[in-house]
This record gives sequence, C-alpha cells and structure tokens, in this order.
Amino acid sequence: MSKVLGAVEINRERCKGCDLCVVACPTDVLLLQPKEVNNRGYHFAFAADPDKCIGCASCAAVCPDACIEVYRMVVK
Amino acid sequence: MTPQDIIRPENKVYARPALLNENNMHYCPGCSHGVVHKLIAEVLEEMGLADKAIGIAPVGCAVFAYNYVDIDWIEAAHGRAPAVATAVKRLDPTRMVFTYQGDGDLAAIGTCEAIHAANRAENIAIIFINNGIYGMTGGQMAPTTLEGMKTSTTPYGRRVELNGYPLAITNLMTQLDGTCYVTRQAVHTPAAVRKTKAAIRQAFSNSMDGSGTSVVEVVSTCASGWKMTPVQANKWMEENMFAKYPLGDLKNTVQQ
Ligand SMILES: Cc1ncc(C[n+]2csc(CCOP(=O)(O)OP(=O)(O)O)c2C)c(N)n1
Ligand code: SF4
Ligand code: SF4
Ligand code: SF4
Repeated sequence: MSKVLGAVEINRERCKGCDLCVVACPTDVLLLQPKEVNNRGYHFAFAADPDKCIGCASCAAVCPDACIEVYRMVVK
Repeated sequence: MTPQDIIRPENKVYARPALLNENNMHYCPGCSHGVVHKLIAEVLEEMGLADKAIGIAPVGCAVFAYNYVDIDWIEAAHGRAPAVATAVKRLDPTRMVFTYQGDGDLAAIGTCEAIHAANRAENIAIIFINNGIYGMTGGQMAPTTLEGMKTSTTPYGRRVELNGYPLAITNLMTQLDGTCYVTRQAVHTPAAVRKTKAAIRQAFSNSMDGSGTSVVEVVSTCASGWKMTPVQANKWMEENMFAKYPLGDLKNTVQQ
C-alpha cells in the first residue's frame, strides 16, 4: 500500500503566532511554541508531531504571512 | 523517514509566491489582509500578469499593500481607488487594473466612486475587504458594521435607530448593468481560501477581457478591532457576519 508523507518548513522569524495554521491542520501536526519566542516576540508555530503530516497544505493556505512551505511524497 | 528526507525540491507542493517580497507585513497577527495579498500574488504569478498588473491601494490598513506585492501600484486618496483605476485602465487598456479596498474606504467615503465606476462598466477588478470596521484608525463603526456590534464609536453596539442599517454594498452593485461578476467569499478555512483564489482569478481575467466591472468581496476579520484572538474572530465571523453577508456568487454574466 502506498503512503503519503508530508513535511512543512515554517519561517519562524516571519511567523506572528496567530494560531490559524494550528487550527487548520487536519492531523494536529502543528502547535505554537509554549515558551520560546522569535525575534519579534511571537510564540511561533512549529511541527510538534511531524510524522502525522500528510502534506495537504491547509496550514499554508490559511497563513496570512505566507510563512509555511509544504512538501509531499508518496512511498510505495 | 524524517522531515529532512521529505523536504527536497522535487517534493515541494506549496511555495511562498515569488511576487510576495521579503518584507514582513505590518498587519496584526491573523489579519485577513495578509491571506488576500498572498492570493493576489499567487494569481498574478499563475496568470503571468506580474508585468501587466497595476494595483490601486486604498487608505486603511492596506495602504501599504505596495510594500508587499511586487507589481506596479498607485496609492489613491481615501475611497478614490475606483476613480484612479478608471483613469489607468482607460489610458492603457492592455493593463490588468484592480483596486484593493476596505469597507471604510469602499462603502463609506468611497461609495460614490465605487458605484459610478461599476455603473460605467469600467474594466477593473475591485477586491473589497469587508471586516465590518475601520481597522486602521482604531476600530470605529463602518457602514458595514453589524447591528448590535460593538466598536469604539458604538460601545454599546450599533443601534439601527441611531446609526442606520448595515450596508451590503456588494448586493447593490449587482443591480448595476456595468458589473459582470459580483461574488462574496472569505478566507477563514482552506476551502474558502481556494474559492477566493478562483474568484480573484475570474475577476482579473474579466479585466483583461474587457467584460466590465468585477467585485470580489472578502468577508474578513479584524481581530484587533473586534478585540478577539484570530481564531475567535474567524468563529465570530462565521456565526455573525455570514448571516448578513452570505457567501457565494451574486452575479456572473460572463460565459466561462
Ligand atoms: C479623507 C480622509 N478621511 C478620513 C481618513 C481617516 N481614515 C484612515 S483609514 C480609515 C478607514 C479605514 O477603514 P477600512 O477601509 O475599513 O480599512 P481597514 O483599515 O479596516 O482595512 C479612515 C476613516 C483619511 N485618511 N482620509
Ligand atoms: S501540510 Fe497539512 S498535515 Fe501537514 S502540517 Fe500542514 S495542514 Fe497539517
Ligand atoms: S498561520 Fe502563519 S503566522 Fe499564523 S501561527 Fe501559523 S505560521 Fe505563524
Ligand atoms: S487593525 Fe484589523 S484590519 Fe488592520 S491590520 Fe490589524 S487586524 Fe488587520
């Protein structure tokens, strides 16, 4: 059976910690950093559970600051 | 398989549009303006219109749109974007000309310009960001503010007997013979973002084809003005704004 694997790259310095990508992700991959902040003081988003990513790009679609780039591959 | 094995150029399925430059946008976290800027950049890139497009920026939070999307822009006085767009498009009809306006800009001070440009069937696209409030100046009531909605100038909520009714100006514009495409969309979910992108594409191609005026309203959030988190603002918009401003195409006379 083939399997879809996804991964996201998030520009942490551009992120404003709005949480919209976290809510949009269907597989609960993303979270905001609970403590750490970027150089503008925002709790930036990161892939807390990267193995669950299916590369659907829902997070990238809703991100107002275009911080997220998405990768997808199918393994047989 | 680690993310590093997947993050390879050949696997890239979504990239930040190249027409968005490196500047960090000044918008508040979660602001709908950012999503719509991104979609405009994506559509212009995909349609190969980067060198043909001229955007007319408003007064409002999006006054600095020209700092982010790398195309030619003109900054118009408050509400006058459709008048400026008229001149630009008439002087060079080979250009794809669009305005980008908030609801304070389009539905208050600029009502006259918007209605008359649309009634003249100017071959422009109007991107209309309706967040129901004056975002830039501190969250005052706009004509589009919902009944009962609290703003800095209606601290107890908008009262119809004092402030009149919320204005669905996009519906008015469907009545004008000059409009060819009028639609109302949003950008709160991935599916809604895809629909808005398709609507912007349609509006831009109408401008190139000389089909008349297109209006793409995007019902939007202003989390700061509404005094909510971005996630709460999206939910509030779904529960409240969509009743007065339901999503979908309002008019389309263009054969697709
Ligand atoms: C002639 C003139 N009148 C008033 C103003 C003040 N002003 C600046 S932005 C704005 C309203 C902005 O609201 P909106 O168009 O809804 O855009 P938003 O900031 O919400 O995106 C007003 C009244 C101005 N700049 N120029
Ligand atoms: S690409 Fe899809 S699955 Fe992966 S983090 Fe983004 S929304 Fe979640
Ligand atoms: S949507 Fe974008 S800006 Fe908002 S938290 Fe996610 S990555 Fe950051
Ligand atoms: S004030 Fe409102 S419209 Fe302006 S940038 Fe902030 S959230 Fe966006």
